[in-house]
Amino acid sequence: MSILINKDTKVICQGFTGSQGTLHSEQAIAYGTKLMGGVTPGKGGMVHLDRPVFNTVREAVDATGATASSVFIPAQFCKDAILEAVDAGISLIVVITEGIPTLDMLNLRPVLKASGVRLIGPNCPGIVTSGECKIGIMPGYIHKKGRVGIVSRSGTLTYEAIKQTTDYGYGQTTCVGIGGDPIPGTDFIDVLELFQNDPETEAIVMIGEIGGNAEERAAEYIKAHVTKPVVSYIAGVTAPKGKRMGHAGAIISGGKGTAREKYAALDAAGVLTVKSIADIGRGVQEATGWQRG
Amino acid sequence: MNLHEYQAKSLFAKYGLPVPKGSVTSTAEGAARCFEEIAVNGSAVAKCQIHAGGRGKAGGVQVVRSKDEARNFATRWLGSSLVTFQTNSKGQPVNRILFEECQKPVRELYLGATIDRSIGRVVVMASTKGGMEIEKVAAETPELIFREIIDPTNGAQPYQGRELAFRLGLTGDVFKQFVSLFIRFCRIYHECDCSLMEVNPLVITDEGKLLCLDAKMNVDNNALYRQPEIKDMRDFSQEPEIEARAMSNNLNYVALDGNIGCMVNGAGLAMGTMDLIKLHGGEPANFLDVGGSATRDRVVKAFEIILSDTKVKVIFVNIFGGIVRCDLIAEGIIGAVEEVGLKIPVVVRLEGNGAEKGRELLSASGFDITACNDLTEAVKAAVAAVKE
Repeated sequence: MSILINKDTKVICQGFTGSQGTLHSEQAIAYGTKLMGGVTPGKGGMVHLDRPVFNTVREAVDATGATASSVFIPAQFCKDAILEAVDAGISLIVVITEGIPTLDMLNLRPVLKASGVRLIGPNCPGIVTSGECKIGIMPGYIHKKGRVGIVSRSGTLTYEAIKQTTDYGYGQTTCVGIGGDPIPGTDFIDVLELFQNDPETEAIVMIGEIGGNAEERAAEYIKAHVTKPVVSYIAGVTAPKGKRMGHAGAIISGGKGTAREKYAALDAAGVLTVKSIADIGRGVQEATGWQRG
Repeated sequence: MNLHEYQAKSLFAKYGLPVPKGSVTSTAEGAARCFEEIAVNGSAVAKCQIHAGGRGKAGGVQVVRSKDEARNFATRWLGSSLVTFQTNSKGQPVNRILFEECQKPVRELYLGATIDRSIGRVVVMASTKGGMEIEKVAAETPELIFREIIDPTNGAQPYQGRELAFRLGLTGDVFKQFVSLFIRFCRIYHECDCSLMEVNPLVITDEGKLLCLDAKMNVDNNALYRQPEIKDMRDFSQEPEIEARAMSNNLNYVALDGNIGCMVNGAGLAMGTMDLIKLHGGEPANFLDVGGSATRDRVVKAFEIILSDTKVKVIFVNIFGGIVRCDLIAEGIIGAVEEVGLKIPVVVRLEGNGAEKGRELLSASGFDITACNDLTEAVKAAVAAVKE
């Protein structure tokens, strides 16, 4: 078991023949992902990375039976690409692209909700079920099949958490980057629920950052519904107010969304919080009592 | 991206929102002409245009009663900086002054819109407490803020305007004006890709007219590609020079007060690195996300930007090489140190693909570069280097 994707998940890539689509499709194939082919309008019929290229997502789904799509498309065309994937019956859309207008995501939300399609991202590193399937841009070699579920708003902070849980010998079930935008397709609570219900996931690492109140809402959810140990780190204790820290969603506005508030909410929910990103592995050890491998 | 009051009001006017008659200038002579054009009964109000609130209390808004007074106000402020409780101690430069007709408000209201991230919808807020900071109203008298959630598919509806108008206690013609204003206000929010809009205060004049006395608009940077008119309104003079320069090089930079310059790949890790420096007794000088591909050119640009802050005593580089090979990143760093002619120590933490080879290259480079692989050790080394 794992969440969202596994060794049987059939994946296509939208933006397959572009430079990013090509690079990360190669990496996904090397990891063992069942990458069935991809979509580039106007290049249908070509063969790329030994796999078929289709003109439309519908053709790709009909021909390959794919259920998941990785989106490597420039921001201004993403809304169109996402709606095309929804219309073609894709059930998991992973959007790596950064810079999608917030109102595009706002307008997409009701469509996603009505269709039951899960969207991960945008502005995210993707999702990996260790040893089985990799969608997105995470480096494959740091993952190790194991028992920790990881969910994060940041890319490179996710890698730190993965590397540390690998070095401690615990490994991961699935790692989900939900992305750094103000309106993500999937939030912490969605992923926490999946991890709680996944028998292979024995502990959860949640990495948040300043801006919004997703961590506070997650803390309430954890208190009420999560029985597995949760370790959390929040980035941006030193971030100034009113400044956007790289990610579109990482901003303290009107004095709200500080790391301090988030830590307080998580502490009150019984989460083991760490103040250093270098302490994730140690935190998991403390929260679970597992021996270091 | 923030707009000036006069720019927001020009957009408001385009959408049929009631704004005072006004004229903007960047010279003292222009101020005299604006006064002549705008003044009613021998007076007009002069308003410094900066990207911050609190202008009135700081002396940046004043009633002027003659051409000379208008000229003097302009001479006093143009080219100077206005310090308000919302700016830093240096203030914001005043390059334009807006002259408007004087108004006689009988009531001051508040109207604002923003995105409620927890529900992923636009929320419109109205309050009877106009002219105050909405954060203060929310803290002290939250029951006086009324909200309407906008449906993304159908947009703002008249009934929502009516609900707000009833709760604000509006009646008669002002009630009707408000409903129409509400619909247009929401149209601007969506059509201009706003992230925040505020009319504070929204006033009822002694003639029974609703009027947007002030206007604030923040526009989503990610949507500027489809907002060419708004994109051209960008006023770089209102943004920290060094941040604007970083942005033009596609680097995300935010200045802080410390002396350890940071170059990191990834926004989250860049914040995490700042926090870690602070945790170990150091003070970060900046946030800088160099992005996934730390090539020589990008590292050179990043170093130049970090070094334009003369407080910086050490540069700390923290790279988690995911897909990119760390030895290539190491070569980029060495090349950049050479090209920039760096005279201060550099501490590099390299982790990931090919990290060991990368660290060997850095150590053998002959430059003052300390290479580590453990993050905590690296931060301690950077903090120690400042104290040497």
